[in-house]
Amino acid sequence: MEGPIQMKDIHIEERVVSDHKAKITARGVQVYYGTNHALKDVDVDILAGTVTAFIGPSGCGKSTFLRCLNRMNDTVSSARVVGEILLDGEDIYDKRVDPVQLRAKVGMVFQKPNPFPKSIYDNVAYGPKIHGLTRNKAELDEVVESCLRKAALWNEVKDRLQAPGTGLSGGQQQRLCIARAIATSPEVLLMDEPCSALDPIATAQVEELIDELRSQFSVVIVTHSMQQAARVSQKTAFFHLGNLVEYGETGQIFTNPKDPRTESYITGRIG
Amino acid sequence: MTVAATNPMPTPPAKATHSLLVPNAAMGRRNAAEKRFRAYGLAAIAVSLSVLGIMLWSIFSDGLSSFFQAKLTFPVTLSSEVLDPAGNGLREEMTKVTTIGYGKLLTAAFTAELAAKGISTEGVTDKQLAEMISKDAPGVLRAKVLGDTSMLDQTITMSVLAAGRIDGYLKGRVTMETAERDGNISPEQLQLADRLKTARILGSSFNTRFLTSPDASDQRPEAAGLGVAILGSAYMMLLVLIICVPIGVATSIYLEEFAPKNRWTDLIEVNISNLAAVPSIVFGILGLAIFINFAGFPQSSSVVGALVLSLMTLPTIIIATRSSIRAVPPSIRDAALGVGASKMQTVFHHVLPLAMPGILTGTILGLASALGETAPLLLIGMVAFVDNYPSAPVEGFMDPATALPVQVYSWASRSDPAFIERSSGAIIVLLVFLVVMNVTAIILRRKFERRW
Repeated sequence: MEGPIQMKDIHIEERVVSDHKAKITARGVQVYYGTNHALKDVDVDILAGTVTAFIGPSGCGKSTFLRCLNRMNDTVSSARVVGEILLDGEDIYDKRVDPVQLRAKVGMVFQKPNPFPKSIYDNVAYGPKIHGLTRNKAELDEVVESCLRKAALWNEVKDRLQAPGTGLSGGQQQRLCIARAIATSPEVLLMDEPCSALDPIATAQVEELIDELRSQFSVVIVTHSMQQAARVSQKTAFFHLGNLVEYGETGQIFTNPKDPRTESYITGRIG
Repeated sequence: MTVAATNPMPTPPAKATHSLLVPNAAMGRRNAAEKRFRAYGLAAIAVSLSVLGIMLWSIFSDGLSSFFQAKLTFPVTLSSEVLDPAGNGLREEMTKVTTIGYGKLLTAAFTAELAAKGISTEGVTDKQLAEMISKDAPGVLRAKVLGDTSMLDQTITMSVLAAGRIDGYLKGRVTMETAERDGNISPEQLQLADRLKTARILGSSFNTRFLTSPDASDQRPEAAGLGVAILGSAYMMLLVLIICVPIGVATSIYLEEFAPKNRWTDLIEVNISNLAAVPSIVFGILGLAIFINFAGFPQSSSVVGALVLSLMTLPTIIIATRSSIRAVPPSIRDAALGVGASKMQTVFHHVLPLAMPGILTGTILGLASALGETAPLLLIGMVAFVDNYPSAPVEGFMDPATALPVQVYSWASRSDPAFIERSSGAIIVLLVFLVVMNVTAIILRRKFERRW
């Protein structure tokens, strides 16, 4: 295990020379579900203004790590997180941190589109409302419109904002969920296989959207599709059996992987 | 790998090809089994439907007649000589005249009317003639006169209840043959009743008093009504609702969403399920011991009944509420937590609205079963004969009352056959209440269930 760790260190040094600074820094993160050691000693730096893709076979821990980043694992009573995850230099697992506040800063989009069974407007307005981000209805209207525009959904729904969010098509629902996630003006947007329930056209729309969102948020995306990772991300991390095997520039991971396991995965021999 | 590559795959043994057009013996057996199973199902449904039909038919054929009552209508002159011996028209003085005085007045008026209409009273003694009027009538007249003393010396047309046996004769329960053997009625009286009916003095009309009057003694079944029972049941349902919904919903939310999953919560869960299976009479004993003997609440009061019924209904409501909370998809909770809602906001903004139809249905069905519960109420004294209406809430909750199912029970155990009819009539009223509650549950469910 000496070798890969050294390689990772090299990558981190490479990252230092890039023009984006680290938004999230994870050091020695271990996750246990009961006695199951699901994530082993993960060190990662997630950069601001960058799309980072987590790839790897099923059960490799990539979704687990993603859910550590906004403490969604807190809802799983058997989960235990060890190690240090810093958001802008602050430990998010510190006792003083309220996960509710953290989740307003680190938004999340889930695998299956899960709009609230409320109107399109209420879906987007919910976050700003509970966090008290707007002072009046007009401001709220503005936020809803701008988020729906950013999510490339405004033109499709502007005439039926009071229609139920669950009545939209799958792709529209997922973009509505993205609009809802960015409505609390988060700094990081986590996406857990956001396109796995979508058809290729909707997938293309969401991917385009992710690329546009990069200018304002750090985006972390978990995906099963290596093509998708290659298309949307600038940095890629490969997880295997709970280990972070390799992390680096997307182009380098896909064209010139340093670890034999990465190479086996992207060429389709494992996973 | 290499071995498999050199040896070609063994070909499967040649199978006799079978035409799809020729029925296969095994297939025939399978289809026959399916047909048999369907037949069993249909038979089971047919049996239960016919039993339900027989039950409803027997209740309605016995009980519908209790909604109609025989009444005698004749003019009564309210002579002030009899009713106001002091002659000063003061209400306080007039109360000295008891129902016996009014009874004599009624009998005299009745006899006079018969004479005026030329109806023969052959074979009927004066006493028997008087007995054809319900024993309830003098009291009704007295209350009426004392309520409005200006009626003195006027002639008013009174419509009073006929005696229970006369009512039974009109409904076919009493016949000439039974009257011969009955000390309370004679065939001559029944013949007179026929003549009264032709003269339109005796008639049958809708019996509003069955729904409004309090219970009556064994001697006057014709006057017995469900008023106190309906009021008592309504008070108890209201109290059960007020007690059970907040406690039940709060318990369910806590256990389902907030409580840690450990041995204690497991123990609580198991015990809630066990409580739902405890025989209701046990709750009655508990209520007697705690609420009446220990806490000192008055016997047969709605509040004690409601507390006992709440103990019984709570587990039902908690189980229904928990299962509807559990049925809310976890993705909704994730979504709410993901945008930074607190646990409490997640529950109250998203989980509860989605669980609402299930909670409402469970609550109403729990209430419906509480409405029909008899055994625990017997133990806390609600089977008592209650002649006075409980007063309006809140003090009324402490007043003695009775309940619909208990009234059914107490009437069914009385000797006069007229009470059997009343008992079935009370069951009809109870069934109407239950149907209304269940329909409400269905309507609410439909209304809230449109998940957008």
